[in-house]
Amino acid sequence: MINIVFWFFVAMTVVSAFSVVLSKNLVYAAISLLVTFLGVASMYVFLWADFMAGTQVMIYIGGILILILFGIMLTHKITSVRISHTNVQRGVGAIVVLALFTGLVWMINISPWINEPSVEPIQTVETIGTLLMTDYLLPFEVASVLLLGALIGAAVLARKDD
Amino acid sequence: MDSLQIYLILAAILFSLGMFAVITRRNAIAVLMGIELILNAANLNFIAFARFGGMNITGHIFALFVIVLAAAEVAVALAIIINIYQNFNSINVDEAQQLKQ
Repeated sequence: MINIVFWFFVAMTVVSAFSVVLSKNLVYAAISLLVTFLGVASMYVFLWADFMAGTQVMIYIGGILILILFGIMLTHKITSVRISHTNVQRGVGAIVVLALFTGLVWMINISPWINEPSVEPIQTVETIGTLLMTDYLLPFEVASVLLLGALIGAAVLARKDD
Repeated sequence: MDSLQIYLILAAILFSLGMFAVITRRNAIAVLMGIELILNAANLNFIAFARFGGMNITGHIFALFVIVLAAAEVAVALAIIINIYQNFNSINVDEAQQLKQ
């Protein structure tokens, strides 16, 4: 049963990712991106990363995807049909990407990966919180300054000149 | 389900598709979606290595910082895209060739 659920989520992720890349309508592509993010979040659940799955849903689906949808609406006249658009250089791009993918799969198959035995933790939130406040305090603070800078920068950039 | 390679290959698929979007899409927002796919593939790798490397939480922390950076990146990128739209009336990356007009 759990295998069926797992492969269902894998298939969902792959199919929706193809739809993101190939769909002609930008809004369809954004909605497919939602399904892809959801599929990746379910992969996190299968990898015992409960906090990361929640963060993925909240920030990617609740934040970044909404921003992208806003971007689509602000840069297209919604009544015009030009919301659809085309890909360029499909042939060359497909060849390059297929070569890249083949190389990656070949590398994954020949490498001797370690597989250390591990037990499923009851929850990871406590460990992540402790680590963020002890070992990774400096990157944590730097990230908050970066977010402030990005916020101010985005507000200044997007404002119309008077 | 309990093998590292499945997750790595899934991440490779997501990475290749994101790369395909970055190479072939003309619309800047679609290119941004490709970048998001690439970042998700990297995150999936981090979490998979954390799970199969003895449940090492450091991988989760790194993925968390990647998500924070993605949020900052998408906000600034969309501000730039909106500016390009106001200047050129189009956000196709092959039409916006000049820095100012």
